[in-house]
Amino acid sequence: MSTLHTVNKSPFATNALKSCLDHVSDGDSILLIEDGVYGASNNSAMADMVKAKMKQISIIALKPDLDARGIDETRLLEGISTTDYAGFVEMAAKHDLNQAWL
Amino acid sequence: MAYDVNGTVVEHDEEGYITNLDDWSKELADVIAKAEEIEMTDEHWAVVNFLREYYDEYQIAPAVRVLVKAIKKSMGPEIGNNKYMYELFPYGPAKQACKIAGLPKPTGCV
Amino acid sequence: MSEVVKKFLYVNRKAPYGTIYALESLEVVLIGAAFDQDVSLAFLDDGVFQLTKGQDTKAIGVKNFSPTYRALGDYEVTKLYVEKQSLEERGLSEDDLQELVWEDEDDDWAEKPSIRIIDRKEMAALMADQDVVLSF
Repeated sequence: MSTLHTVNKSPFATNALKSCLDHVSDGDSILLIEDGVYGASNNSAMADMVKAKMKQISIIALKPDLDARGIDETRLLEGISTTDYAGFVEMAAKHDLNQAWL
Repeated sequence: MAYDVNGTVVEHDEEGYITNLDDWSKELADVIAKAEEIEMTDEHWAVVNFLREYYDEYQIAPAVRVLVKAIKKSMGPEIGNNKYMYELFPYGPAKQACKIAGLPKPTGCV
Repeated sequence: MSEVVKKFLYVNRKAPYGTIYALESLEVVLIGAAFDQDVSLAFLDDGVFQLTKGQDTKAIGVKNFSPTYRALGDYEVTKLYVEKQSLEERGLSEDDLQELVWEDEDDDWAEKPSIRIIDRKEMAALMADQDVVLSF
């Protein structure tokens, strides 16, 4: 069993990302979308918490949402990969479950 | 509702602003100007071109006093003043010139 | 036209595209600029994200309104206060923000910076010093 978790809120505005990070299991993935992609930026107060979790699960950010918010490679947390809408669909299909952290 | 540009149909809203900004052309500007009963001169075109450049840069149509100030800066106070702008566009420079320039109605223009 | 000039502060605390608040605030500021009041804009919490450079919204199919902040100077909105701690918490510095300037007509159109970085304490003082505060 594996779950794809999506987070669409800024980690500085709600605790959705923090709560998600606290509830994932091995083999899960977290996809950051919409304002959730702010959780993928480096040097932020959230960076250490996100980095720590990446040893256990993969964290991916949606590229169109990164672009919209001006987060380029230089501002992306090391170890976070990006994907497009087609990749989003593939990931959703690949996991057994989908859980949205709203 | 639509303008007819040499047989091509260009949709507009109830106030005459075109719905798709990419539909604009110089020929369309002439058609809209005619509907507004304006004879386009070089000065009219200068204002229209300025508006299009402003929109391209800032993604908004400027309010009338912003337009007048900018024209004053770029073309001098003889053209860049309220009175002259209203002579060019009697129903309001921002409103009418924006319509001819193919832009949305200016923000703050009721 | 009213003779009384009031101090208006627009408080921006939301990221630009996840909700409509940022765009609504910007539109209200542009419309409100017609009333010749003493206007300041405050950017704190996720509101600082509104001013970041390099925004490109093509792929999400939403209008990119970040260039519009550069027009604020034309509307005589020249005081944009950005909270230092909010930037730092988000891994940002002033270099990550767009350069925003206004042209001083009385000083041969000299370009002057609009963004002022202030700390949390100064932000609190700024908020306390207003006649009207509008929150977004």
